[in-house]
Amino acid sequence: MNFFQKLKNKVAQQTESVTQKFKDGLSKTRDSFAERVNDLLSRYRKVDEDFFEELEEILIQADVGVETVMELVDDLRMEAKKNKIVDSEGLKPLLTEKFVDILAKSDEEETLNIPDDRLGVILFVGVNGVGKTTTIGKMAHLFKNAGKKVILAAGDTFRAGAIEQLEVWGERAGVDVIKHKPGSDPAAVVFDAIQAAQSRQADILLCDTAGRLQNKKNLMDELNKVHRVIKREIPDAPHETLLVLDATTGQNALSQAKLFGEAAGVTGIVLTKLDGTAKGGIVIAIRNELDLPVKYVGLGEKLDDLQPFQAEQFVHALFAELIEENTG
Amino acid sequence: MAFEGLADRLQETLKKIRGKGKVTEADVKSMMREVRLALLEADVNFKVVKDFVNRVKERAVGQEVLKSLTPGQQVIKVVNDELTQLMGGEQSKLATSARPPTVIMMVGLQGAGKTTSTGKLAKYLQNQNRSPMLIAADIYRPAAIKQLEVLGEQLDVPVFSLGNKENPVKIVQQGIQKAKEEHCDYVLIDTAGRLHVDEALMDELHQIKQEANPDEILLVIDAMTGQDAVNVAQSFNEQLELSGVVLTKLDGDTRGGAALSVKAVTGKPIKFVGMGEKMDALEPFHPDRMASRILGMGDVLTLVEKAQREMDEQKAKELERKMRKMAFTFDDFLDQLEQVRNMGPLDELLGMLPGAGKMKGLKNLQVDEKKLGQVEAIVRSMTKEEKQKPEIINASRRKRIAAGSGTSVQDVNRLLKQFQDMKKMMKQMTSMSKKKKKGFKFPFMP
Repeated sequence: MNFFQKLKNKVAQQTESVTQKFKDGLSKTRDSFAERVNDLLSRYRKVDEDFFEELEEILIQADVGVETVMELVDDLRMEAKKNKIVDSEGLKPLLTEKFVDILAKSDEEETLNIPDDRLGVILFVGVNGVGKTTTIGKMAHLFKNAGKKVILAAGDTFRAGAIEQLEVWGERAGVDVIKHKPGSDPAAVVFDAIQAAQSRQADILLCDTAGRLQNKKNLMDELNKVHRVIKREIPDAPHETLLVLDATTGQNALSQAKLFGEAAGVTGIVLTKLDGTAKGGIVIAIRNELDLPVKYVGLGEKLDDLQPFQAEQFVHALFAELIEENTG
Repeated sequence: MAFEGLADRLQETLKKIRGKGKVTEADVKSMMREVRLALLEADVNFKVVKDFVNRVKERAVGQEVLKSLTPGQQVIKVVNDELTQLMGGEQSKLATSARPPTVIMMVGLQGAGKTTSTGKLAKYLQNQNRSPMLIAADIYRPAAIKQLEVLGEQLDVPVFSLGNKENPVKIVQQGIQKAKEEHCDYVLIDTAGRLHVDEALMDELHQIKQEANPDEILLVIDAMTGQDAVNVAQSFNEQLELSGVVLTKLDGDTRGGAALSVKAVTGKPIKFVGMGEKMDALEPFHPDRMASRILGMGDVLTLVEKAQREMDEQKAKELERKMRKMAFTFDDFLDQLEQVRNMGPLDELLGMLPGAGKMKGLKNLQVDEKKLGQVEAIVRSMTKEEKQKPEIINASRRKRIAAGSGTSVQDVNRLLKQFQDMKKMMKQMTSMSKKKKKGFKFPFMP
């Protein structure tokens, strides 16, 4: 069984609706990306230097990140040489395999590490405008539907209207929101939220924080304090610190992942706004260079458009046409 | 991390060339490869990069580079010139309607910073003695209206809203009517964020445009945007015919290549850049500075301008005199602290220095604004006499100062020691530069 068939079978086991959501969300992405790869393959019968250079460009255009692209293409060059692949068609499965390899580095499922028997705390961090509050709203909905008792902490005390925004999401999902006044200390809000979550015997506490640029030392210190306060109250918490990342972001995402990681111990990534034309290829670079997994993706504006990330789905959606062609 | 600038990149290539008698065609090619990578790493769209590199190559491969003694510098100069030119020769101003109010429509993707930029633009207009009115036309995002209202309250600018149940077109229509009645001369419309591929919502923008007949349609775009910036800008431009661009979040550590991409595909000028979270952090766009930034060459001009604005020349002269006489006191110290602080966050200032990224020590230097506050508190807890004559500060005075400033005696000791060292250093510096008198530049960086 070749690689494409394996991938196809794996995806087929998952529910039709999830696959469809990925396909719809990524349709813009896929069109241009797969089209370009296909176009490249049809123009170059033989694998040569020009072919690799153009492949480089296609990958860079997907924001995959210059360093990772160079590495990836070098790998392909070697493999092509080693396996004596001269035909460009023969390179196709190899390329897809490389992507899945990077994105699904470990065999374990990239689910959230939340304890079953007691309060699980998730901290959301990221730069301004990536969709932290919206993601929390959607995630609250997911957990609520799974029968969990959820509490939200309105830790963005800085941006005008942020607390109200979270409250609206709380109402929609039917969960409680713990808040202070605008301008108050976010660590204090989170502290109170933990107390409240414990006394109300909640299962999940989702902590919002204000968007901040990762090169602002004082704001990153503030975030670090929030992280410390959570840890002090519950030693193994936050059980997840999720960096929310806008799919349109370019190379700067690497700097974000690194510096937020230093300040708040990021454990995973939520990739939002993937329903646009942006390819979100930077997650491949992040996985490759910093070894951070993507855990969720935002594929639309509706409440249930937040989906657990599956590397196979992601790559399958990217290469859908290629795969269907290949396996007939 | 792959974040060194073009200057550093070229340095590597040049090392190989140095020592050779002649620069060959192949050398130029390898330099162009570095230029290409530097631009790609700065998120400039790859098509834009391709065109650009070809143009530079044409100019550079001619005699200019080959005959030059320092080909590296020459290449950087050519690249920089081309880049500046591409980004629009000079800055452009906001339109003003002959029949007020002037209507400005803010559009863009979700989370680009439209609402914040709308607030900042209002502040900018206020500073020019204009009276703006804001219209809250984002009925979709929860609490977006509230956000604009809070900003309006902070700035004391009227905000027109009909809640989130009314059609945005109707809101805009009534808002402009209201602005006319109240004799506001600018109207800023904050529209909802939307994907450029969302037909229904793009159609809504089109209707708003027809209703409002705006003098400016500004695309608000995140400076961190990657390769997709071209698609977004092109699509918004084709559907709405933009008049300009606002580039936000440029106070981050992104190189902001998106600026180049957007300019290249739309041809529309970047009118403003967002440089911080405060309402006055909106600055006019300078193409030359952006070019240096994309190439990773620092932002010397901005720094010079900032220094000029903030350093009171008379004070500086007085200070220089005092330093030479070793009469520098804690009062002067406070003065200086204030002036440097007025120039903005220190790490931002450092970022503007060319080569700051290269210097190993500086790279890891995180300037802690809080520490500065602490220093200030300590000095402010001294008596007049102590500030003038720090040598009289004995143990019990130290204790008092520490208690007064909420610090420890150790902190006070450290500062006193640093102050002493600084005075010594100043003495050395001034005795060195006595002969060729130069202007005084910040002698300290605590």
